[in-house]
Amino acid sequence: MNAVSPDKPTSGQILADGLWWNTPGLASLIGLCPLLAASRTFAAGLALGLASLAVLCASNVLVSALGRGIHQRHRPAAFLLLIAALVTAVDLLFRARWFELHGQVGLFVPLIVVNCLILGRAESCAAHRDPWPALLDGLGYGAGFTLLLAGLGAIREALAPGLLVAALPPGAFFLLAGLVALRQAWLARRRAP
Amino acid sequence: MADTRGQVREQPLEPQRPAGARSLAGLLALLLLAAVLVAVTWRFTREDIADNEARQTLAEISAVLPASLYDNAPHRDVVLLDTGGGRPVPVYRARRDGSPVAAVLTIVAPDGYVGPVRLLVGISAGGQILGVRVSAHTETPGIGAAIADDAGRWLSVFAGRSLADPAEARWAVRNDGGDFDAIAGATVSSRAVVGGVRRAMQYFATHRDEIFAPVVETGGKG
Repeated sequence: MNAVSPDKPTSGQILADGLWWNTPGLASLIGLCPLLAASRTFAAGLALGLASLAVLCASNVLVSALGRGIHQRHRPAAFLLLIAALVTAVDLLFRARWFELHGQVGLFVPLIVVNCLILGRAESCAAHRDPWPALLDGLGYGAGFTLLLAGLGAIREALAPGLLVAALPPGAFFLLAGLVALRQAWLARRRAP
Repeated sequence: MADTRGQVREQPLEPQRPAGARSLAGLLALLLLAAVLVAVTWRFTREDIADNEARQTLAEISAVLPASLYDNAPHRDVVLLDTGGGRPVPVYRARRDGSPVAAVLTIVAPDGYVGPVRLLVGISAGGQILGVRVSAHTETPGIGAAIADDAGRWLSVFAGRSLADPAEARWAVRNDGGDFDAIAGATVSSRAVVGGVRRAMQYFATHRDEIFAPVVETGGKG
């Protein structure tokens, strides 16, 4: 059951995996809905990114601590329930502490439940690992997603006054495509010196 | 090759064990944890959230009503009325020494360019507009969204107007033969707002008594 990775990755490798090698939204095109919808400004992108990061870390740790005994057939439903509870808690905290920011991204906070990034990490990683590596995994993927959301938000916010399309969802698509292309170009150069 | 692939596909990821007691215990633990987590968070955040919501409502109200007009707390002096949207929306009443001086109506203009535009219209007891504010909209950034730009600069065209000024037939944007300049390039959004404000005024004129009906102490939403 624990034979997922034959050689144990180091903490740095786990973090780098989510931050760069497998960045959600940049390397694997998942979580695009919140990425494109909530990245209109830097603040909105950062807020939704940090909310996702918090949910992902908590879900990974709890799944790792409690979920491993659960039969495989019951896992998706059980994990989704746990994630929904975590998202509800984060949404409430948001409304209590950062009310103005919640007005900007509030619509997308409950939708974190259906961000396949979170359930995906719970199923493919946290359910097979100890809490500490699972937390690192959550930190890496969450931070990668947050940086991308906030970065895309900053670019769109900077371009929007002169380039209207940057403020609209299609602009987000084009900019994300540009970022993905840049990353691919970097990878290609690296492979063929 | 095809045979091997078929076999690989049929292989379950993990040997299928029956769901045992350990699995059920794990499920139960997760369920309980989820319930406790939500309950505890709700318990410790509900007062702050209620405060925040009241503060936001008050800020919205003060944007359409000069604070010098009233001495009550309009965000707590609420009556729920159907102002034409099909379901009851809050109407806030401003009073001075107990007598009504103004009301803030919530109006939803369903005919924005992208979606509905939610408006707050402050109306004096005499039927004059004190202020208009767009409290929620989904209009196109840079185009229709201009109805709410610069803290609602365009919305000041309504200040001081009433159903007699201009005459009811001229309560429309200039393109439709009315008296109000539409925002260049955003005629549809402007038309929706003018129409919404006109309906708020008409509702106020015909339902004045209901709007200013004395507070009924039901111990409801405070």
